[in-house]
Amino acid sequence: MYRGREGMWSWILHRVTGLGVLLFLAIHIVDIYLLGWPDVFNKLLFLYRHPVFRVAEVFLVAAVLYHALNGIRIILVDFWVEGTRFHRQIFWAQVAFFLLIWIPTSWVMLSPVVFGK
Amino acid sequence: MYVGRERPTGGFELFAWFFMRISGVVLLILVLGHLAIMHVIHTVDEIDFDFVARRWASPFWRTYDLVMLWLALLHGVNGMRTVIDDYVHRRGWRVVSLTVLALVGFVLLAMGTQIILTFEAPLGREVAGRP
Repeated sequence: MYRGREGMWSWILHRVTGLGVLLFLAIHIVDIYLLGWPDVFNKLLFLYRHPVFRVAEVFLVAAVLYHALNGIRIILVDFWVEGTRFHRQIFWAQVAFFLLIWIPTSWVMLSPVVFGK
Repeated sequence: MYVGRERPTGGFELFAWFFMRISGVVLLILVLGHLAIMHVIHTVDEIDFDFVARRWASPFWRTYDLVMLWLALLHGVNGMRTVIDDYVHRRGWRVVSLTVLALVGFVLLAMGTQIILTFEAPLGREVAGRP
């Protein structure tokens, strides 16, 4: 009863978001390393200020948030005996928490891009 | 019924299993805090060289960033190792991919650690708001 159910989807998403965040972390270490050349660093910031990145940034937050909440779910299932019994309820609670945090956060992050400052 | 990845019985794999869970909980606080500060309260419109120089004038934020760097990179590299273990079965490819992963991970860790520990706002450069 694994394939196609909540367990499979949360597992796939955990992998995809983990790899995505790791890729961004690698890029982020390189960009921060450029602080050694202040003018180059400042000049390249236009990339992160581009509207395309501002939208990507919201998805970065989504990936981190999902991975964090799903990590809690994995820990509950691993260490809490009742965790296995309530795993489906925990999954749906996780979805609720995710939306409750991500939607307002995205609104705050994107409104200066959409409406100007 | 859903069951997670089986807990390893001992040795390095058991250590790695615990490390993922413990570092995960610490990272949850550090990374979500970092995102809230740098991407929601402040935005990429304000962040530039001077912003980082002011922030890293405080040993607290340097320590915060250093701990976050190490935990995040080790957590990510170990996660990637699990993914390689799952999908790369040929011996030659395993050796190649795990070696590349270890090398890239090491270089990134060294780069990040170096900049956090040795960063100085260059002398003579005005850093607004810095005492």
